[in-house]
Amino acid sequence: MTAPRWIAEPLLRVDRLTMRFGGLVAVNDVSFSVGRGDVTALIGPNGAGKTTLFNCLTGFYKPTVGRIAFSQKGLQDDSRIEALTASSRRYSRDGGEDLFLLERMPDYEIARKAKVARTFQNIRLFAGMSALENLIVAQHVALTPASGYGLFGLLGLPIYRRAEQAAVAKAQRWLERIGLRDRADDPAGALPYGDQRRLEIARAMCAEPSLLCLDEPAAGLNGHESAELAQLLREIRDIDCASILLIEHDMSVVMAISDHIVVLDYGQKIADGAPEQVREDPAVIAAYLGVEEAEADAVESALGMEEQK
Amino acid sequence: MEIFLQQLINGVTLGSIYGLIAIGYTMVFGIIGMVNFAHGDVFMLSAFIALLLLLLLTQVLGLPAGLAFVPVLFGAMCLTALWNFVIERVAYRRLRGSFRLAPLISAIGMSTFLANFVTVTQGPNNKSIPPLLDHIIPLTTGGAYDVTLSYKQILIVVVTAILLAAFWFVVQKTSLGRAQRACEQDAKMASLLGVDVNRTIALTFVIGAALAAVAGCLFLLQYGVVKSSDGFVPGVKAFTAAVLGGIGSLPGAVLGGLAIGLIETLWGQYFSSDYKDVAAFSILAITLIFMPSGLLGRPDVEKV
Repeated sequence: MTAPRWIAEPLLRVDRLTMRFGGLVAVNDVSFSVGRGDVTALIGPNGAGKTTLFNCLTGFYKPTVGRIAFSQKGLQDDSRIEALTASSRRYSRDGGEDLFLLERMPDYEIARKAKVARTFQNIRLFAGMSALENLIVAQHVALTPASGYGLFGLLGLPIYRRAEQAAVAKAQRWLERIGLRDRADDPAGALPYGDQRRLEIARAMCAEPSLLCLDEPAAGLNGHESAELAQLLREIRDIDCASILLIEHDMSVVMAISDHIVVLDYGQKIADGAPEQVREDPAVIAAYLGVEEAEADAVESALGMEEQK
Repeated sequence: MEIFLQQLINGVTLGSIYGLIAIGYTMVFGIIGMVNFAHGDVFMLSAFIALLLLLLLTQVLGLPAGLAFVPVLFGAMCLTALWNFVIERVAYRRLRGSFRLAPLISAIGMSTFLANFVTVTQGPNNKSIPPLLDHIIPLTTGGAYDVTLSYKQILIVVVTAILLAAFWFVVQKTSLGRAQRACEQDAKMASLLGVDVNRTIALTFVIGAALAAVAGCLFLLQYGVVKSSDGFVPGVKAFTAAVLGGIGSLPGAVLGGLAIGLIETLWGQYFSSDYKDVAAFSILAITLIFMPSGLLGRPDVEKV
């Protein structure tokens, strides 16, 4: 059996990450890696530290201790990571190979340079702007130089018109993919909840991220919408070749699309592996998944617990 | 009737100037939720810059006044924009993460600073320019009162309309405008999508100042005099216009400006010019009682 992708070809590597808030240890000495081209799920009960970990990855928090190495082409060379860690730089671009230490970078730099995009638990669309505009804003980085900070746009120069047309075309392709073509000009805030969720993911994808971090994308969706979401995420992995890291409580989504699952509980990693492995891991079952009444005894005896009644 | 028509023309002229200033208030409020109290003084400063540029070009370089107008306007826009850029950088940016009142107090301080800076350097008295563009077009003749339309008034309304159209295009159709609207709604999220929030805010101040500078030039052209305390009252009126139109709304700012200009001139004509400011502010108060978010403001609807 060949080594799984998160070991053979990691894109993100979290090393011994700890995040303390005063006396509270939200994330405690967690290490894992994310394989390039994988869908990696981060699961665990409420309060396990999943969102905190996300906030560290995307620059919202500065971790107390630990390193987060990221490279769009994959982290092959440990010596480069060590060399960059020893220096005081945030990233290096030697020989066309990007290497970023995300824990040193501010959030907008992580988004612009490292190309890590994220969504939030609560929907954060620009509610007053149209669905199409939401997707064009995400292409701001590509569009700004061409617009000459509004001046070329005002003059209607061809360089701006072409860039603008390309951005609109891309936005429309995404609207088509998420089935919102007819609602392009509606304010994003007026769309149904499930559509807003998919629009948020499309917006994140318009920035062409190498790693897409999704915080509970299926929260509040019904069964049909969850299935649509799972399909969309699979397409993003297979067609757009983006790696995905997601936090999710909906096990039907997690099991349907994940290549790799990392389980946290009370800030610590308790399991890490392929879905089949994790599903059968007794520590995970006990901590998180919950079990049928009939299976409970088996699990508990497997864990060496006495039934207490 | 003739008098009414004349005051209508005067009101629209005055309203255009208020509208241009009001846009600066409404944009800054929209993007960082702060009332920029120094904006009226930025307007006054721009009128002084225009005055100095005009004197420089006509008296020192000997250009004819008509020819000097365009470079004066352009120069005043650039220099005022630079001033406002520096003001934002020095007085507001550092306080952005602070409690809400901090930048407001800083703005009041900046307003005092600008007014006093101009008083110290230019003196407290009226400074005047030689009359420019004095042609008038009589619209009615032979009646008890001749209605006239001056070239200045035409110029003011036309320049205002052109600038508003250009500005509206920038905000609605270009990536800068989209970034501005995105920052208004969720600055953190915009930053995560790669929008440089600080630069977008700085550009908002620059645009607001450039429009205020146009207002300053037009004000100077229309009235021919400016003094260092001239920032306050037009500033408050323009702020009123922004609130009346619905703060955060650009068409609202212009509509509010026109409304305030018209109320002021018509009230001054038919009732008492001593109470024209009272009338303008009373209309504001009454409007806000019945339309709390202004004429064109979006009401905050909370979804429950």
